[in-house]
Amino acid sequence: MALSKLSSSSSLSTNILKPLTNSFFLHRPISTDTTPLTIETSVPFTSHQCEAPSRSVETTPKELLSFFRQMATMRRMEIAADSLYKAKLVRGFCHLYDGQEAVAIGMEAGITKKDSIITAYRDHCTFLGRGGTLLEVFSELMGRKDGCSHGKGGSMHFYKKDSGFYGGHGIVGAQIPLGCGLAFAQKYSKDETVTFALYGDGAANQGQLFEALNIAALWDLPAILVCENNHYGMGTAEWRAAKSPSYYKRGDYVPGLKVDGMDALAVKQACKFAKEHALKNGPMILEMDTYRYHGHSMSDPGSTYRTRDEISGVRQERDPIERIRKLILAHDLATEKELKDIEKEVRKEVDDAIAKAKESPMPEPSELFTNVYVKGYGVEVFGADRKEVRSALP
Amino acid sequence: MWGIIRQKVAAGGGSPVARIRPVVSNLRNYSSAVKQMMVREALNSALDEEMSADPKVFLMGEEVGEYQGAYKISKGLLEKYGPERVLDTPITEAGFTGIGVGAAYYGLKPVVEFMTFNFSMQAIDHIINSAAKSNYMSSGQISVPIVFRGPNGAAAGVGAQHSHCYAAWYASVPGLKVLSPYSSEDARGLLKAAIRDPDPVVFLENELLYGESFPVSAEVLDSSFCLPIGKAKIEREGKDVTITAFSKIVGLSLKAAEILAKEGISAEVINLRSIRPLDRSTINASVRKTNRLVTVEEGFPQHGVGAEICASVIEESFGYLDAPVERIAGADVPMPYAANLERMAVPQVLCFLYDSSIDGCYKFLVY
Repeated sequence: MALSKLSSSSSLSTNILKPLTNSFFLHRPISTDTTPLTIETSVPFTSHQCEAPSRSVETTPKELLSFFRQMATMRRMEIAADSLYKAKLVRGFCHLYDGQEAVAIGMEAGITKKDSIITAYRDHCTFLGRGGTLLEVFSELMGRKDGCSHGKGGSMHFYKKDSGFYGGHGIVGAQIPLGCGLAFAQKYSKDETVTFALYGDGAANQGQLFEALNIAALWDLPAILVCENNHYGMGTAEWRAAKSPSYYKRGDYVPGLKVDGMDALAVKQACKFAKEHALKNGPMILEMDTYRYHGHSMSDPGSTYRTRDEISGVRQERDPIERIRKLILAHDLATEKELKDIEKEVRKEVDDAIAKAKESPMPEPSELFTNVYVKGYGVEVFGADRKEVRSALP
Repeated sequence: MWGIIRQKVAAGGGSPVARIRPVVSNLRNYSSAVKQMMVREALNSALDEEMSADPKVFLMGEEVGEYQGAYKISKGLLEKYGPERVLDTPITEAGFTGIGVGAAYYGLKPVVEFMTFNFSMQAIDHIINSAAKSNYMSSGQISVPIVFRGPNGAAAGVGAQHSHCYAAWYASVPGLKVLSPYSSEDARGLLKAAIRDPDPVVFLENELLYGESFPVSAEVLDSSFCLPIGKAKIEREGKDVTITAFSKIVGLSLKAAEILAKEGISAEVINLRSIRPLDRSTINASVRKTNRLVTVEEGFPQHGVGAEICASVIEESFGYLDAPVERIAGADVPMPYAANLERMAVPQVLCFLYDSSIDGCYKFLVY
């Protein structure tokens, strides 16, 4: 409905350009085209204690194509991680993000790498969005040296401090006060940047969230709490866990915005808006209405607490990559074949990264004892065998 | 009570400070001008100097600002540094500790005060999972230069929920450093070292020591004064038995050593100062000299600090022991309120008696 309105209105302007743009495909890739485009979000924003931002989002063909490519990469990466886990190359926990890619991508488009992001354990795509590489992801998942945490963290502990990604946290809800602390430090240092602390609908009921939000509101911290509401906290549906599943309203005196988390442009608009708000007025809550196709983790088939029809329904109606694909095609920014080619390239990139990651060695045994402290004072530390395995901490 | 120690200092002899530090012993000529400083003052001055030296250091906790500190440790700091660096928090330990750790992730140097460490249990997930383990899990990307400080252990008549000692709990965690001062010199030097240290430090003070005065030399009063982390101090040298203690118990151990000296037993009292890293080499060297070990602490006995020291000595110096290692700890019960029961629950004055029925062994009575 909205899409057909868009295509009919824009076709007037693009009709004249069509033959020109077609011929440009071979000489000038559309992906660098920065002519502004205005696109409406799927649904208007719902707000709490604030004015909702406009539904019309400024974007460019370059941005839309980069959304497509990056989300396709994330999707492919998560599916590949699934296979690696089943092949027992990834151990322990593996929480996959496929379905939720629009949140990671839209957020990146609305902020800078000087802003900070902190999230929970479903962090592979957030890490990638912050500038992490596929090699770092796969190596870390398989516990190899080239992993972003050199194999010592695992799936739940990806970090990239130089581009403002503070992890990767395994304890549900802990990242929220940590995120408010990052915002505190940004304000203290007068950096004019903000922190996005992401959490799920399961964590939304945590006490420490309200403790941190209270302090953030009292001290006007530039913290934005983002509830990635995929409607299931592990196996518990939101209506079974929260008396009030209107997570964007739970801040009471803190303004909130409900956003279609499957629409990357809506996410971008909301994050831009939230950043401006937080720098002037203190904390804000964003609720991203999103969905995960996989179960909670690799040990969860994801179908004991929800129907397969529901999952396939969302995939059909709301998939974030399909939305961008339709937008690109409707605006003639690329052909179907070009998009398929991008997907093929992405698949190859992912496969190459996996192959390279498989060759990465495991960490040296001496790494058992590194980074316990920044400054170890030469203290003696023991392994399980206290006689043989010991070291002095540097 | 402290009369014995004070007299010794005035006489310029037998001062434990002088014995250990040759630099200070040169100052023994000035012993009549040695300043007395309360532990509370020592902590306050350490905080003040470190906040002055490094703009990234800030203090947060309940009542640290306008109330001047629940125990007056942060007196005057709000007036001096303003509300941006001395922050009164709501009574939400999990929230404000997490905020402190997050600020440390970003590169600031928070000092988080717990009104007592009993309340740190509400925030213990952040201390351990968010602070202690981060540098390791991130392979060095995320360091956490934070200090968690506050009174630890038993006070006087505060009951079971307010008297728990957390030394053993925190000292078991790799990635944390755990310090516990006794004297004003310890308080100043160790707190400064903790604030300057790039790792998370748990700094266990003692409420009953805040009002105690100790002599401090000019060196200690200097703003660059700092004590090394991981090094114990031999408060009193001896040759017959090694006593290890930390915090308030050091004072009791020194008193006990005096009593023992009259019996002809020369006790070496080690002030641990650093619970993690534990100064195993000083402890073992001492036991190899004296051949006997008694560990003393206020906290619960099972899995306590003393248990670790005993195990360490048995592992490294078994051949040197002339008698089994002994532990003295608090009673294995929640702290009672009634004064007589409370006295029984915590080591009071130690009395070391030679028990002739056990050949060559020392038996301890606590009363």
